[in-house]
Amino acid sequence: MTATSSRRKLLLMGRSGSGKSSMRSIIFSNYSAYDTRRLGATMDVEHSNLRFLGNMTLNLWDCAGQDAFMETYFTTQKDHIFRMVEVLIHVFDVESEEISKDVETFALCLRQLSDYSPNAKIFVLIHKIDLVQPGKREEVYSSMMQALRETSKVYGFPIQGYATSIWDESLYKAWSSIVCELIPNMNAFESHLQHFAKISEAQEAILFEKTTFLVISHASYKTADMDPKRFEKISNIIKTYKQSCSKMRSQFQSLQLRGPGCTIIIENLTSNMFIMVILPRLEVQRKESHINAGDEDIVSLNIKAARKTFERLEMDKAR
Amino acid sequence: MSPANPTVFIMGLRRSGKSSIRKVVFYDMQPLDTLYIESTSTTTSVQLESFTDITFQELPGQLNMFEPTPETDRLFQEVDALIYVIDAQDEYLHALANLQGILEYVAEHRPGLQVEVFIHKVDGLSDDFRLDTRRDIEQRVNDELIDADIENQVSLSFHLTSIFDHSIYEALSLVIQKLTPELPQLENMLNLLCQHSGIDKAFLFDVRSKMYLATDSSPVDIQTYEVCSDFIDVAVDLDNLYDSSGPEAGRPMLCTSILNNGVVLYLRQMIRGLSLVYLMRRESAQKLALVEYNTDLVAEGLEKLYAAKRKSRIPAAS
Repeated sequence: MTATSSRRKLLLMGRSGSGKSSMRSIIFSNYSAYDTRRLGATMDVEHSNLRFLGNMTLNLWDCAGQDAFMETYFTTQKDHIFRMVEVLIHVFDVESEEISKDVETFALCLRQLSDYSPNAKIFVLIHKIDLVQPGKREEVYSSMMQALRETSKVYGFPIQGYATSIWDESLYKAWSSIVCELIPNMNAFESHLQHFAKISEAQEAILFEKTTFLVISHASYKTADMDPKRFEKISNIIKTYKQSCSKMRSQFQSLQLRGPGCTIIIENLTSNMFIMVILPRLEVQRKESHINAGDEDIVSLNIKAARKTFERLEMDKAR
Repeated sequence: MSPANPTVFIMGLRRSGKSSIRKVVFYDMQPLDTLYIESTSTTTSVQLESFTDITFQELPGQLNMFEPTPETDRLFQEVDALIYVIDAQDEYLHALANLQGILEYVAEHRPGLQVEVFIHKVDGLSDDFRLDTRRDIEQRVNDELIDADIENQVSLSFHLTSIFDHSIYEALSLVIQKLTPELPQLENMLNLLCQHSGIDKAFLFDVRSKMYLATDSSPVDIQTYEVCSDFIDVAVDLDNLYDSSGPEAGRPMLCTSILNNGVVLYLRQMIRGLSLVYLMRRESAQKLALVEYNTDLVAEGLEKLYAAKRKSRIPAAS
């Protein structure tokens, strides 16, 4: 039973050429968006076991999208493919010429899922959105989503959709929310992080998974004039930086930034997580607290102190 | 004779990649987007505002051969360096003939002018082929110069460049370094800094264009340069995300990052959009207070140097 509870089956579906393997490579294998051009067609189903947050294993089934393979999924292999699925991620290519066929495939998937794993969570990614003019993206996305919602209503699945592209940070947003759905004790992480942020008098504290740098949780105060896309952007920035560190045959460990208006600290929290703490602007800080010089050191100490608690939280998840 | 700001010409045949270089380096355009830019029909200039202000002028490449006119005479009196861009993926004999015409003109009217040849678009070539192309081009140009008997009147250097990696920034860095008269002082300052603070490598970067104005005398390894330049991106991007206050005369930006093999990256903002970026070992990072003190001294020195530079220029300009 323990084995099944920490192993999670994710189906990655979509017609051929829609960008399924590219996504997987960028998020989980440190490819850059340029590198994905070298990926060939996937044959049949490519399984990958990805360790996430230490003891959680994501069992990602990257299903080839050619019609020949697709047909076998819905006939001979349906029992094998659609059993015990926790998450279906269906990818749609915005540039596709046969939208009705794409939607039809999606409906077929849903029908199988309603038979075999009625509790599965459904995510749809409207992919390659960078190929649509910036002004029209919203429109294209909402019309696609409306059509898909209607399709999924018949089978009783609520769906969540994201417009994604491998060329910007939208991919991180989508995957971050997909993966967060799978973490069982999310609330515990959240409340501990809130507490931590409060003690450190931080403007914001964010938890990241170590290898993928997807956002797990965040606690924010004074969100008024902050960039709503900041989490994805940070994932993107640090991921790029990690790649550049690998040129020095090394890995990123920590970062401290003391800018004119804020202080940012990124550090290892546990063996599977990074924490990022943002301290507010200098003047504000001076007025409200007694901390001034050496505030980074105090936060570093706080992080050290918090390490134990978060390590225990991670262990709890395993049980 | 030359005006206060040094001027650099970017020349080359049409479609050799001059505008792409200008847009990628100075306007932060994505390299892939340059596939769609239109051909430039008029002389376009862009100003690099840094320790030395430099004007880059791009001349349209439509003129098949370089034809001397009074207009070009006037232009060439004001130029301080010339970048000639050759497309390495195309037949380059035509470009070499054009370059030869320009060199002959330069030898006659502006002997000693620095000419930089960018063997451009080498991203599509294999490593061996790059070196072959470079050798071939160098050989041909030098032979022509000897035939015309002007090999002593022009100073030539060759660079392999591509907009898809950092090589274009490195080549342009070397060009602007030649145009900075204070280069020896800057280098000396960085050398002293490295010696006394246990720093492995120090770069003085122009943050917006990510070219380096000076570095210490240890050899430049392109990978170190790439990591340092990526590190600037990280620091600036993160700061922009959380700093809505805009540029403010407060404390300068300071960023440190530790890698797990003990290398420490260090960035400190300087005057006029410049930043110092260091690479050091963890052992020396333990003496961070010393490093910081020394960095402050460099910042002070840089300010004095810039003030002296301004003072000497104002009477010349008026």
